[in-house]
Amino acid sequence: MRSASGLGWHLIRGWALLVYVFMFLPVAVVVLLSFNASQFGSFPMTGLSFRWFVELAENEAILRAFETSIVLGLLTSIISTTLGVLASLALVRYRVPGANAISTLLIAPILVPEVVLAVALLLFLNFLGIHKSFALLLFGHVIFTLPFVILVVQARLVGIKREVEEAALSLGANPVQTFFQITLPLMLPAVLAGALFAFTISFDDITGTLFWKPGGVETIPTQIFAMLRNSISPEINALGTVMIVMTVGLPLLGVAVARRLAQRSGG
Amino acid sequence: MSVEAREARQPWILLSPALTAVGLLLFVPLIFIVVYSFWLRTASGADQVGFFLDNWQEALTDRFYRDILLSTLRIAAITTLVCALMGYPAAYFIARSRGNKAILLLLLMLPFWISYIIRTMSWINILGVSGALNTALMWTGLISEPIQMLYNEPTVILGLVHFLLPFMILNVYVSLDGIDQTLEEAATSLGANRWEAFLQVTLPLSLPGLAAGGLLCFVLGAGTYITPLVLGGPSDAMFANLVFEAIITQLNWPLGSALSLMLLAVLGLLVAIYNRYLGMAQLMKGLG
Repeated sequence: MRSASGLGWHLIRGWALLVYVFMFLPVAVVVLLSFNASQFGSFPMTGLSFRWFVELAENEAILRAFETSIVLGLLTSIISTTLGVLASLALVRYRVPGANAISTLLIAPILVPEVVLAVALLLFLNFLGIHKSFALLLFGHVIFTLPFVILVVQARLVGIKREVEEAALSLGANPVQTFFQITLPLMLPAVLAGALFAFTISFDDITGTLFWKPGGVETIPTQIFAMLRNSISPEINALGTVMIVMTVGLPLLGVAVARRLAQRSGG
Repeated sequence: MSVEAREARQPWILLSPALTAVGLLLFVPLIFIVVYSFWLRTASGADQVGFFLDNWQEALTDRFYRDILLSTLRIAAITTLVCALMGYPAAYFIARSRGNKAILLLLLMLPFWISYIIRTMSWINILGVSGALNTALMWTGLISEPIQMLYNEPTVILGLVHFLLPFMILNVYVSLDGIDQTLEEAATSLGANRWEAFLQVTLPLSLPGLAAGGLLCFVLGAGTYITPLVLGGPSDAMFANLVFEAIITQLNWPLGSALSLMLLAVLGLLVAIYNRYLGMAQLMKGLG
């Protein structure tokens, strides 16, 4: 094909390459500097060292933030995925009157700017007596991740054939048995994908979290943000590297697991 | 109960937890801050319940708020334009390349998984006084003292572009990928050159994706306050920073409500115009 050899195509390819470099270079520098032996979080590199990771592991504040982020992410993920999977099932499997409007309602939390969502939730729940707390953080993260779960799960659910369930029913299984033995295993990759998505978004969130978190409680992103106030230290780069490994590694692992499951179930 | 009636009720049972959550945690709170914006923060620090127009008068007439709103929209517009210029060719490359499309797409998705705060602060390592660029320039002897390149409006835009570019590329890619390539070939066989074929066939057909990416970049860019705090100087506050200041620092919640609603109205108007002409379906394609 001509397009593969023309000058224009070469320009486009070069441009795309530059865009990828632009996307990844700063992140690569974070990872690189986190192994810097120098005590300043910057160039020049004086040698390779793991000392900043060791310091991370000994930093009480960071360990606490890590724990908060993990617990918050897991709870958010469980609640959001449960709500999201149920809603997606309804939207994909049933003819619901006004399904389009309901879909739009359910993804409304990401159509509203996150700052506005954060303010509204903070003020309303405070009015109800739920002040800045872990509970408020959890409510916030659930409502913010729910639309993403619904979008991901819905997209995957569409691919599951209804006939398999009907076959199980006609062979004598009751609806509950059918759900747990047929539908759920088929849905598992979608459910896992939604859960991972919710966890990562919660783990990464800072915009809403800064509004909702009580004083003294930090998540990893707000901890990094607070540390930036002083100056950029090698510790921040090390923490950044840990976060990159977690938030990139987990989904990749998830994709691999989902593919395995899908292969096994013949999907 | 008949089978039909049970069938008809089931989806609502499945939907009710999610709908309740969205209702109680989004819609009721939004209505609540509308009410709240008419209350008044008194000198003693308590909120006086009532119907006062003071917050709205301040938010709508104070030049300070108007100027920052305008500069926020300008920053979001420039960011969106830069994202489109950088992202379109890249998306075109992915859509038309043969071979490693899956890898290219995976690479594109990776930034979504890398924390926003990390990606934002990573530019300090590049542009900071002792960052990569200054170190390189000093090493080559082009400069003798490090230059302060950070903490201004261009670096805020840079940070936003870095954050939002994947949204643009993904949306443009989705719409380019859905275009039948033989259309372009048909145009060239009818005498158009490749550039003309692109301009008259491919580009118009990909506009919905470009618009969806543009909307996302604009709305997400205009609603941010973290990027200006990390990469901007004291005079680079965006509108969301004012909201953050009012709510968290000054604890003036009624004024903060009014400012939030102003931001929601401006960005909501854009989403509504988009929805009117292009519909939400295109946006969902890119998100899902």
